[in-house]
Amino acid sequence: MVIKGKVHKFGDNINTDDIIAAKYLDSCDEEFLGAKCMENVDPDFRKKIKKGDIIVAGKNFGCGSSREHAPLSIKGAGISLVIAKSFARIFYRNSINLGLPILVCEDASKIGKADVLEVDLKNGLIKDLTKHKIFSSEKFPLFMQDIIRKKGLIRWIKTRAEKEKNERV
Amino acid sequence: MGLTLIEKILKKHSQSGKLEDFIYAKVDFCFGNDITAPLAVKEFLKAGFKKVFDGKRIGFICDHFVPARDLKAANNVKLLKEFAAKFNIKHFYDIDKCGIEHAFLPEAGLVKPLDLVIGADSHTCTYGALGAASFGVGSTDLAAAMREGRCWFRLPKTIKFVYKGKLPLWIGGKDLILHTIGKIGVDGALYQVMEFCGPTIEKLGMDDRFTMCNMAIEAGAKTGIIEPDKKTAGYVKKMNPKIKEVKLLKSDKDARYSQVIEIDVCGLEPQVACPHLPSNVKAVTKLKKVKLDQVVIGSCTNGRITDLEAAVGVIRGKKVKKGVRAIVIPATHKVYKEAEEKGMLKTFCEAGFIVSSPTCGPCLGGHTGVLDKGEVALATTNRNFIARMGHPESFVYLSSPAVAAASAVTGRITHPDEVIKNC
Repeated sequence: MVIKGKVHKFGDNINTDDIIAAKYLDSCDEEFLGAKCMENVDPDFRKKIKKGDIIVAGKNFGCGSSREHAPLSIKGAGISLVIAKSFARIFYRNSINLGLPILVCEDASKIGKADVLEVDLKNGLIKDLTKHKIFSSEKFPLFMQDIIRKKGLIRWIKTRAEKEKNERV
Repeated sequence: MGLTLIEKILKKHSQSGKLEDFIYAKVDFCFGNDITAPLAVKEFLKAGFKKVFDGKRIGFICDHFVPARDLKAANNVKLLKEFAAKFNIKHFYDIDKCGIEHAFLPEAGLVKPLDLVIGADSHTCTYGALGAASFGVGSTDLAAAMREGRCWFRLPKTIKFVYKGKLPLWIGGKDLILHTIGKIGVDGALYQVMEFCGPTIEKLGMDDRFTMCNMAIEAGAKTGIIEPDKKTAGYVKKMNPKIKEVKLLKSDKDARYSQVIEIDVCGLEPQVACPHLPSNVKAVTKLKKVKLDQVVIGSCTNGRITDLEAAVGVIRGKKVKKGVRAIVIPATHKVYKEAEEKGMLKTFCEAGFIVSSPTCGPCLGGHTGVLDKGEVALATTNRNFIARMGHPESFVYLSSPAVAAASAVTGRITHPDEVIKNC
């Protein structure tokens, strides 16, 4: 799958309170959460996004709480991919479980604000069309690739349960 | 090559019986709260699952926005209550006899050493203090675990933190963990386990141990853990008299650690984390000029009985500075009752504190103490991110209960010695 979009750049340690404020956590509605995404960091964030755009951030993106509302709000805001130098672990697993594409890229800081990227999720290659550069990203472990291929945890466990049932038969 | 405690627990629960990079492990208990569990319930129903793996091993603990702060919060509690009734989930708790999940579950005897626990809340790492492997996860993880009783993990590396030296007066678990996070940073233990050990930890009481493991997530850790000992066994038996024998386990002497960090606690001053990161830690005496609008004593980090005792020891016979809102939130129903029986709530009230019912409340800017623009708070909570307690232009400092109590009396960040000596 190839994703093309404009970059919205953030720094290090963007936490889940930044991504979606706790006061909105009584909602599970992706669109509502999307409208409030990054509100405390950039009140106009939602207005700046064109569907398919990409977030590029520094280290420890998504630190703090376990709220799955954070990746949900990013999806709801129309973001198609998050690239960061590193991710906080619960955000990382939530994204995989929900099917929000994420990539760990050591060179994330070299990607510029408003650059246009073309990213091949299959091989993890990030083409910076503005800077005419190519960056690589970390490969996911095999089992995670499997969850990603199934588009999230729920479909993965359903397939797995089915497989285990067949094996027993 | 030997194994660390966390590796031993993961191996015991691993479906394949092996320690591989990818572990599919059986969970002894899984739970969520009034903001994460509704999302899990919706995922569960959307997936078309018809039954849960074991209703006795699932918990819904309503603590974040309760008693319901508004209609949406009320609706979430109702949703969980109805789901719990339909699927025979034994451990559904509204506000009756529970409280903040991470203080309540150990107190209710629902977690014991060597268990594998997952919770849809980042501070699930708290139970590492009992020698359990406990991991914060998301709502989809919870939905899957409710159905399957299993969860996926990557095998983590472990950093060993060895604490040595006699604890100075006023120094407890909160100071140790803030000092540690200040040293390694908010991603200093990313994806790794923090194992706390050494002579100082052996002497720490259970509440201080809970505080330390609770904030492992603030250094990016997968969890925190302390080898269970006689104190742990005593605590577990007291909380759940049905448990007659508590199994204890230690890391092997030749276990592999990614790093060993030694920390000498001699001469350590009370620690305070400044806005807007838990790693932005300074000694309390460097912050004497910071004036406060609000003081909060409570949360899953520091709302237990010994936390309230420490605060009471400082404020007894004194008054909260005029103009400061001082809020104390016993973490659970049991803590509330015990504090009441010991006359502590009276002491708080006489000093000018207001006592709230158990809730996470202001810790995450939910209710019962939200800050307005420009306001400054000192809290015994765990995070001080931008807008964590309310307005994006408010400021949160984090400290121990003793420092928070002393600061409520003076209206600025204060070393407890200053308040005690002046009486």
